[in-house]
Amino acid sequence: MSKKDDLPFEASLVELKKRIEELRNDAENTPGLKELLSSMQEKGNEVEKQLYENLSPWNTVEVARHPKRPQTRDYIDLMLDEFVELHGDRQFRDDLSIVTGLAQIGSHRVMLVGQHKGRDVTERHQCHAGCPHPEGYWKSLRKMRIAEQFGLPVVCLIDTKGAYPGIGSEERGVAIAIAENMRDMSKLKVPVVCVIIGEGGSGGALGLGVGNRILMLRHAYYSVISPEGCASILWRDGNKKAAAAGVLKLTSRDLQGFGLIDEIVDEPLGGAHRNPQVMAATLRAAIIRNLDELSRLSPTQLAQERYEKFRAYGRFTVEKNPPELPEFRDEESIPDEEEGDVA
Amino acid sequence: MALFGWEGLKKLGLRPQTPNVEAGTGPATKCESCGEILLKKTLENNLWVCPSCDHHHRITAWERVQVTLDEDSFEENDANLASVDPLDFRGAKSYKNKLEEAFKATGMISAMVGGVGQLRGRDVAFGVTDSRFIMGSMGSVVGEKIARLAERAIDRRLPLIMVSGSGGGARMYEGLFSLMQMAKTSAAIGRLGDAGLPFISVCTDCTMAGVWASWAALGDIIIAEPRALIGFTGPRVIKTTINCELPEGFQLSEFLLAHGQVDMIVHRYELRDRIAAAFDIMLGKTPEAAAAEK
Repeated sequence: MSKKDDLPFEASLVELKKRIEELRNDAENTPGLKELLSSMQEKGNEVEKQLYENLSPWNTVEVARHPKRPQTRDYIDLMLDEFVELHGDRQFRDDLSIVTGLAQIGSHRVMLVGQHKGRDVTERHQCHAGCPHPEGYWKSLRKMRIAEQFGLPVVCLIDTKGAYPGIGSEERGVAIAIAENMRDMSKLKVPVVCVIIGEGGSGGALGLGVGNRILMLRHAYYSVISPEGCASILWRDGNKKAAAAGVLKLTSRDLQGFGLIDEIVDEPLGGAHRNPQVMAATLRAAIIRNLDELSRLSPTQLAQERYEKFRAYGRFTVEKNPPELPEFRDEESIPDEEEGDVA
Repeated sequence: MALFGWEGLKKLGLRPQTPNVEAGTGPATKCESCGEILLKKTLENNLWVCPSCDHHHRITAWERVQVTLDEDSFEENDANLASVDPLDFRGAKSYKNKLEEAFKATGMISAMVGGVGQLRGRDVAFGVTDSRFIMGSMGSVVGEKIARLAERAIDRRLPLIMVSGSGGGARMYEGLFSLMQMAKTSAAIGRLGDAGLPFISVCTDCTMAGVWASWAALGDIIIAEPRALIGFTGPRVIKTTINCELPEGFQLSEFLLAHGQVDMIVHRYELRDRIAAAFDIMLGKTPEAAAAEK
């Protein structure tokens, strides 16, 4: 890890690590320092563990967006036993922000659908930094239908800031593409396992997110709106993103508490980018375990279970005495303040 | 048959009114688009379409029920579902404040009205979101009402009409619970389609983001009102993100029609007729209508 990979909130940890390195050099010549070194190292690990166990919501977003964080193509290399990439939507063009293909993972033959942001400038440009156009969702749905045809489970890796905000994207109906994906994913008669591996950016993420199991890497986030967008609505100031990240309850721990995700996949100490191999091995095991479990359900049960899962999402109350409705456009009849507390 | 508004006028063989043509009196209002001073009554009789410039004013959920369905035919369902604050959301204003404000402004406890009514004598499931209630945004209550409405339509074998006035998309204040309503409603609409029942989605100004990217986009037929703003990402955000000028009329109904994203643009005067004609062909005429023709 080069220095520029360190995040701002890691400053004190970085300083401590630097001291340990200096001490290590000295310790080679001064045998008495070895004990001190090992206790310092222990302390360093403890500090890092504490830091990552108590990441603030905004720090979580920073880790989720880390430029070195493993992406779909990294997991393809590190986690799969075989991958046959399939391109294109057969309609408009190949959207490289979503990678699709036939894959072998352990004993399971699956269709992999994953959002990819690009790991260098060229790739990021080709991938629109992981923001899919409608053709990305068409491509995904097409491959999912092939999966269903051959009885292959679908594994979706989700990592996007959101669907692409642009003229072409709107002209070709990105909203319709996302809606149709959700509708049709809800009916698939094969297992669907979704994993938020980095950013779960609103509708662009959910367009691949209708699964029987929703997994989330520990430091990923999943949100209805970006912290920046939320801050500019709430305070008319996009710089209050850290506060917004807090109010949105977008961390894996919050969402597991709400019952909106099924499982948190642990990350190596210091985040997935510190050790992609370990991350990929952990994720691989989690995906295989979930596919094992889902393979016991019949095609109809799979679709039914998935429908019921999403059908149950939502929190509301039943008002025993709903207020009288006002007459049409009659300002007089608007009820007074006390009755307004509906929560 | 309804005898109010343009239905009544049409029955009498009259065209929609010109501004203040009759020397009536009463409270006046101003067209939001052209600024013409109009009697409120004139505007109401014109279904809140400006007689001068044809601007379709936004209307409330209950006005939409009134102008779309047969008079007194509508029965609301699930009216007592109300929002909670699952995130304990505190921004510049708390979610509870927002809900209170919305309630005071509308007298409604949620952004949606749903139920069963009749359109030209045909039973239909009908839902509408109200743009005044936190911009018609979809949280858990709106999502639940839509899912229940779709299920009710399946149970009773009714076609479904949903009218969107949802500029707010998925409601931020309920966080991921709101986002999940997109999947929930889309799945419910999917089941309606599997049951062989038609869904007509009417998109009015505005229909944006998480609402346009879920149930509103899943109509077997999608109708847009003239010059309604319909899109996924708001025009201002697109403009600042891609840093270029947006084409004339971007994300208005006419733009969507030209790009194949909606089936038709229908003037508010014609909405009942068009929906009824579509259902007559998709489902066959109602027995009463068929008998009346003989």
